[in-house]
Amino acid sequence: MSQKVLLSSKEINVILHRLACQLIENHLDFNDTVLVGIQQGGVFLADRLAKMLSEMYDIHNLKVGYLDITFYRDDFRRSGKPLEANSTKIDFLVDDKNVVFIDDVLYTGRSIRAALTAIQSFGRPKNVELLTLIDRRFSRHLPIQPTYRGRQVDVINQEKVIVHWEENNGEDAIYLVNR
Amino acid sequence: MSELSVPHLLGIKYINEADIQLIFETADHFKEVINRPIKKVPSLRDITIANLFFENSTRTRLSFELAEKRLSADVVNFSAAQSSVKKGETLIDTVNNILSMKVDMVVMRHPNPGAGVFLSKNVKASIVNAGDGAHEHPTQALLDSYSIREKLGDVAGKNVVIVGDILHSRVALSNIYALQLQGANVKVCGPKTLIPKYITSLGVEVETNLQKAIEWCDVANMLRIQNERLDISYFPSTREYVQQYGLTKAMLDRLDKKIVVMHPGPINRGVEITSDVADSEQAIILDQVENGVAIRMAVIYLLASKIK
Repeated sequence: MSQKVLLSSKEINVILHRLACQLIENHLDFNDTVLVGIQQGGVFLADRLAKMLSEMYDIHNLKVGYLDITFYRDDFRRSGKPLEANSTKIDFLVDDKNVVFIDDVLYTGRSIRAALTAIQSFGRPKNVELLTLIDRRFSRHLPIQPTYRGRQVDVINQEKVIVHWEENNGEDAIYLVNR
Repeated sequence: MSELSVPHLLGIKYINEADIQLIFETADHFKEVINRPIKKVPSLRDITIANLFFENSTRTRLSFELAEKRLSADVVNFSAAQSSVKKGETLIDTVNNILSMKVDMVVMRHPNPGAGVFLSKNVKASIVNAGDGAHEHPTQALLDSYSIREKLGDVAGKNVVIVGDILHSRVALSNIYALQLQGANVKVCGPKTLIPKYITSLGVEVETNLQKAIEWCDVANMLRIQNERLDISYFPSTREYVQQYGLTKAMLDRLDKKIVVMHPGPINRGVEITSDVADSEQAIILDQVENGVAIRMAVIYLLASKIK
């Protein structure tokens, strides 16, 4: 198994600032916009972006939720073992809101397909955008593309993108691992 | 990732502590789901479940049906009163006929103890026992423990007394197994005629004085007097039972602590508990009902993931 660094902590920081600015460009004061982190990896990214937006760009009262898509996945009973859920925490309605899905890695697009179904349980959003830190090109199974992307990478199928967050793994880094 | 150790839920006797914790953790997620504006997830859209009720039930049946529908399973209902069972069909034949219609899971309530175990050995489907005679009622015990965990934080180390007709109660037996697996201390309380002779072999203590029992306990689970099962007189009169084993607000107020009062329903108001106890803030009877749907969703979800 070999492993190489795709993005270092410094590069991640620069990208997060750019993504935060792109969000502001489209949503200004975030009055009608909510950020929704997709469990599990997207939650750290959503929290990080929300913190950055409030501390450095003066955006307050930002609504952030976490969405778990386990019960909406299309591979239930295909994986052999039960799919284990994470918690969903969305204490607002998304009716007529701009929803920004936040996920760390966009791969086949199936998680986002599930998230699009799941979010309907919380109302009818005005529109839905997708922000992803890593966009794995050429590996999509569904016609889903990000609105905001951190870095686009070409990764072959045997390779895996691993995202480390300081809150969880003690460092900010993204690795490409060859299995 | 963990999964249940069993392909059926036939009784608490057949599962272990890790299974109970897995069911509780999964139920936590479903409890969040059923409190959403749209209370439904598509997980089991390819699963068909038959609810076979050979005995009357309102709450359990509705609870199972809601749980199944909120997981998007297809549901068929069957009750013995309007079926060919009356024409002499055997249980295996009835169930196999239903399974020929491509049913993946069977939720069954039956008046005979062991009916679920018997069925699990003879038909190809995942079986959930929704009550078999005076034997077990596992989902009720799970939701009772889940409600205690929700109210008191933990089940381990808590003192729980089960009061009433222990002899005819499947709820009592399943509760004893479940509570002991989780490390709670269990006593049973009731007239001696309604307490099975060998109950102490399960490691529970018998207390015939209700006042002493509630002074000892953190949780009192008040069972219903099942008049339909009392074939002979087990106590002189309902009035005498109420005087000795009915829980009143005055008794609760005299305690120097606030105990949790549970009841599996349906309540005979003024018999096991008075109306003011049933409606007091110490009673978690309606929480039990809400948790019942989440627990049954968790059980069905986890069992369905084992169907190949």
